[in-house]
Amino acid sequence: MSLQRFVLKRGLITVPLLLGISLLTFGMVHAIPGDPIDFITLFTELDPQTEMEIRAEYGLDQPVYIQYIDWVTSAATGDFGRSIITRDPVTSEIMERLPYTLVMGIMAFGVTLVTAIPTGVIAAYYRDTKIDQASRVFALLGIAVPNFLLGLLLLLVFASWLDLFPILPPTSKGILSYDMLVYTLLPAITIGTGSTALLMRLMRSSMVEELDKDYVRTARAKGLPERTVVQKHVLRNSLISVVTVAAIQVAFIISGSVVVEIVFSYPGIGRLLVNRVGNRDFPVIQAIVLLIGVAVILANFVADVLYAYLDPRIRY
Amino acid sequence: MSSETSQRTTERGRIRVSGFDVDRVESREPLSSWEPDLQSEAGRGRLEYAWMRFKRNRLALFGATTIAFMVLLAVFSRPIQLPSSFPVLAGQTVQPFSLAPADPAAQDVITGYREPTLENLLAWPSAGLYLFGADWAGRDILSRVMYGGRWSLSIGFIAVAMALLVGVPLGSVAGYYGGKVDELIMRLVDLLYAFPFIVLAIAVIAVLGRGYWEMILALVVVGWLPYARIIRGEILSVKENEYVTAAKALGSRDRSIITRHILPNAMAPVIVQATLSIGTTVLVAAALGFIGLGLSPASAEWGVMLNVEQDAIARGRWWAGLFPGLAIFVFVMAINLVGDGVRDAFDPQGDQTDTDTGGLR
Repeated sequence: MSLQRFVLKRGLITVPLLLGISLLTFGMVHAIPGDPIDFITLFTELDPQTEMEIRAEYGLDQPVYIQYIDWVTSAATGDFGRSIITRDPVTSEIMERLPYTLVMGIMAFGVTLVTAIPTGVIAAYYRDTKIDQASRVFALLGIAVPNFLLGLLLLLVFASWLDLFPILPPTSKGILSYDMLVYTLLPAITIGTGSTALLMRLMRSSMVEELDKDYVRTARAKGLPERTVVQKHVLRNSLISVVTVAAIQVAFIISGSVVVEIVFSYPGIGRLLVNRVGNRDFPVIQAIVLLIGVAVILANFVADVLYAYLDPRIRY
Repeated sequence: MSSETSQRTTERGRIRVSGFDVDRVESREPLSSWEPDLQSEAGRGRLEYAWMRFKRNRLALFGATTIAFMVLLAVFSRPIQLPSSFPVLAGQTVQPFSLAPADPAAQDVITGYREPTLENLLAWPSAGLYLFGADWAGRDILSRVMYGGRWSLSIGFIAVAMALLVGVPLGSVAGYYGGKVDELIMRLVDLLYAFPFIVLAIAVIAVLGRGYWEMILALVVVGWLPYARIIRGEILSVKENEYVTAAKALGSRDRSIITRHILPNAMAPVIVQATLSIGTTVLVAAALGFIGLGLSPASAEWGVMLNVEQDAIARGRWWAGLFPGLAIFVFVMAINLVGDGVRDAFDPQGDQTDTDTGGLR
């Protein structure tokens, strides 16, 4: 199968998935017992005239399937209606905060790659030595430590005791300012620790598997320097398995950001989601949940295509 | 099959029927309600082997001891009185012990925070109070951490048990019958997997509202997915075995084939996953508490305790958050050690140094 056909075939699978998650996020509001209008009016008594107007504004006078089609078509063009709490357009509320979360996520991903790959390689190369044991202990700790505890401890040490960072993010300067980027390191490291623990062990086991293969013995037998064997042969092949978990990493970073943004009062979409769940601001909640679902599905798609590109065997 | 009876066949070249006692089949009363039960004995044998291997794993035993210790502390921290609406023993005290030095709700708002001091630690147990310091309302943190285990731990165990009750039957049905049922269930699983664990849990809480059982339900909605997937995969590989064909030939009903012949042989990876999931679930429950979508701010649930004190911790009152945070960490760590031990016990040939994600997504 050519790569194009694989991409097409894999892409077709995502279509029903995307439809499914849109149905789920839409259905959320209708799963609540009672009339959805109560969440817009916050249970205040209304005269019939105003109630009709509100129903018309939110499309609640239509049958459910029409409401769904309306919601999906306007969502596809980036229109999620207005927030119930702030009355601002949902899209602009999200777009305001999305860059923060994206920058933090990319940084966290960077932290993970930069730390996990070298340590995983070293742990595999010195397998069953003290170094390997240390990496195993780190992985166990990194998975078990709650990310909010880690974040709070980082704040305590670096912001309160050492005074290297402010306690609250310098949000007013914008995401691309130097101060904000430096501050973003803290949440990025917090999220990165957990995903490093996962990726490092994966890197180690795939590297161990590759090191045992015949071509490694051949490469060594023909007198290649050890550095070349590891870097040019083994590392390249074992990196393929890193790609397969890239999608899991994306999901891990998204869920991490939801919690960690609360710790650092970080102005991203995770904190927006949590705040609005408290207020039951459903247009915003639905938009963010849908956005996250789409992001994870796309990440899976990209990871599969990358994998098929790197390892042609799996196309069949 | 490990039992010696599996080697016997009545006829060469035919389907080798394994897993039940040929002699007993031949000599049984035609109208007796005898059902082949050796399969379940084989399943038990496997469990016994796994237990033997588990007992030799020191790290896993250490983890199990830690969990038992934390559970005991939580149960015996304060007396338990049954609610007066309870059908039996209404209003009776069923657990009279009180290990916690103070009432976790007893306040001393005027003094407020108290830093844990070395003198206090050395004077233990005569001083008793404020070993871990006191929080903003002057409540004894040690007592709260002990008592708070009741919430955090019970949420973890109950949510995982309920997720098993949902995931295992659905996965079994999907795997055994295949076809449209399989499609339906597995597409739903794929769909829900598109959302990260905590995001889906938050969405469910957005719908249901906050509270103890609401949180458990949210964790179950997310938690059943891995079991359905694992058990379906296992059943697909197990159901082609000859002993299943034999059970069908003997006229067993589908339900008894699934519960007596297939499930016992497909449960090992589910047990491993369930053990590791307890840790993940406690972690997510604490995270939900921390972001303010869990239990009420007055409760001593570990995540909630950190939530209430987050500003104080960032500004230097480390003890207010460190100890509940450590409680979560130690529990999750211990359960992961047990989970790794369980996996090694069931699958001694596997890569023993590989850590599992424990269902973290």
